[in-house]
Amino acid sequence: MKQSLSERLAILSDAAKYDASCSSSGAGKRDSAGTKGLGSTGNGICHAYTPDGRCISLLKILLTNFCIYDCAYCINRSSSNVQRTRFTPDEVVWLTLEFYRRNYIEGLFLSSGIIRSPEDTMAQMVHVARELRQTHNFRGYIHLKTIPNASTEQLAEAGLYADRLSINVEMPTEQGLAAYAPEKKAGIIRHSMGEMQTRIEAGKERTLSGRRPPRFAPGGQSTQMIIGADTATDHDILASSSSLYSGYRLRRVYYSAFSPIPDASAILPVRPPPLLREHRLYQADWLYRFYGFQFSEITAGRPDGMLDLTLDPKLAWALANRALFPVDLNRASREMLLRVPGLGVRSVNALIATRRHKHLRLEDLARLNVSLRKVKPFVHTTGWSPARLVDQANLRQAFLPRPQQLTLF
Amino acid sequence: MTYGVTLERDTSFSEWRPLARRCFLAGVPPEAMEWRCSTAEASLFDTPLSLPTPRPDAQNPILRSNCLALLKSILRHADQTRFDLAYRILWRAQTEPSLAAIPLDPDIARALRMSHQIRRDAHKMEAFLRFREIGESENGRRLFLSWFEPDHYILPTVAPFFTRRFTDMDWAILTPKGSITWNGTECLITRAPCPKPDLSDTLEQLWQTYYASIFNPARIKTKAMRSEMPRKYWKNLPETRLIPQMLAQAGARVTAMATQQPQEAPQFHKRLQKRRAEKP
Ligand code: SF4
Repeated sequence: MKQSLSERLAILSDAAKYDASCSSSGAGKRDSAGTKGLGSTGNGICHAYTPDGRCISLLKILLTNFCIYDCAYCINRSSSNVQRTRFTPDEVVWLTLEFYRRNYIEGLFLSSGIIRSPEDTMAQMVHVARELRQTHNFRGYIHLKTIPNASTEQLAEAGLYADRLSINVEMPTEQGLAAYAPEKKAGIIRHSMGEMQTRIEAGKERTLSGRRPPRFAPGGQSTQMIIGADTATDHDILASSSSLYSGYRLRRVYYSAFSPIPDASAILPVRPPPLLREHRLYQADWLYRFYGFQFSEITAGRPDGMLDLTLDPKLAWALANRALFPVDLNRASREMLLRVPGLGVRSVNALIATRRHKHLRLEDLARLNVSLRKVKPFVHTTGWSPARLVDQANLRQAFLPRPQQLTLF
Repeated sequence: MTYGVTLERDTSFSEWRPLARRCFLAGVPPEAMEWRCSTAEASLFDTPLSLPTPRPDAQNPILRSNCLALLKSILRHADQTRFDLAYRILWRAQTEPSLAAIPLDPDIARALRMSHQIRRDAHKMEAFLRFREIGESENGRRLFLSWFEPDHYILPTVAPFFTRRFTDMDWAILTPKGSITWNGTECLITRAPCPKPDLSDTLEQLWQTYYASIFNPARIKTKAMRSEMPRKYWKNLPETRLIPQMLAQAGARVTAMATQQPQEAPQFHKRLQKRRAEKP
């Protein structure tokens, strides 16, 4: 019996939710003013939040959950007994536009299981994007998950319509990939990333004659790694991120704590990793992208290569490097202020702007929206100097989450 | 006798500006000036207010552009003490020209916080407003209507976002602080409070299906959800009524996944494996 659109939407969004990315940023500003079109991009709006704490920015669906590959961690792998179904490209186009008109979403994030052949799958995805852009003048966000092994022409056309392209490296290490996704090849994935990177960069430059090259995914590319399915340590994961960020200029690396799925493969660990581990990896990633940290610094103090689950990585780093603190709020460089636990980019900007005009005192720190308990041990200024950190043996203790109080029954 | 003026609650920057200029030119310092709101309980014992007369030789106040932008922004705030704060900043900026560039000055810190709240309000309106289709307009275009309750006077701030995005359809946004309407060429903003319309849209069922299906029951982070989507918005969102049910079922769904016995792979998979084994 043919399933209704609603039933298929349920299956094909359920199958898409293990992709952590839902970001609609990086596309630059674009709108429909003065055109007959629909849609705009710019701020990467989150239109709703689900009780798992994740934002819904895009309609994130699969074209089909049929797949001829058998990646162990995936709900769509060929050996799984999940119910299979598919959308027609027209249905995806219709859903995207109708959701968009009601302000539910910023656009579409389309991926797909691999059917028949990679080229065939990719052709259908490109078809959806082309229809949206050309037939319906859609100017909202489009993210396409590219299929490894798609042809060069397909990739070029995908980049013409999509704001972002992505291809998942899936596993932090090559051994992990070989064990869990036997049909996927690390070399091919990296090759596709390299090709996309070349095109993305070429798309930004003018040619010698001053003409603009064809548009290619101005929002860049991103990727995802599954955490906790194999034995890779946080150090391995971050080393892999480091090479991805520097080697392919990725916009984002997403970390997805492998999540229990129905009809799970027997080779997966029984227990999912703590969600806190995923959170710590995102924090480390954040320190790398916005705070001038190198990944190697973050894991340097960790003999087992795993991030501290009880303390956030910035605080853990500061405690491991306490000889560098306390810093002088009135003199410290921007780089050093950014390393003070509890101070975010916005607070550091406010401190630097203010100290151009006046001498900073403790009251000024209190006017920032920061946790004084966290910041105070690491800074000194007029009216405040902390005890020397190196002398405090139990400093770590002071920052540990307080144990629950025991009560008599 | 006190210098001051009684203002409507929704007084905008352009309405406040000439009054502030007049008081400034009369040399009335912030402490001697009372900015009163018309809806605040009027009392018999309230001192009558009068506007001062500018001195003929007074110099016009001047402001740096960042300070002007900050004043424009905070005048959209619903806090009735905004007039007082704005006047004090205007006054102080004459002797402290770089005032607005000192984020940790107490007045500026407060103004920046208000400005941040306004931006958040506008951002949340762009995110959580939902259009419902109600038919066709006279010009044959699809017609949508929506209801939203902003905290601050932000309709002029958000209108360009909506007209530039939902260009090819007609729509109206109704709020307790006025309305925005668009017909493809003209955008009209009014300030009279609108009544809440009764709306429904059959497409919301598909949206709810999506919302429930994209949720991962194995990760519950309701605090993160509520900090980004506070409860005050829930009553006007079509999807949030599903949340209690989604949470109630999550535990059982996770247990079912964990206790599921390994199943035999489908025929399709076996055929694929066989074909792959034959073809080296
Ligand atoms: S290729 Fe692998 S990860 Fe992608 S849908 Fe198929 S089984 Fe899942």
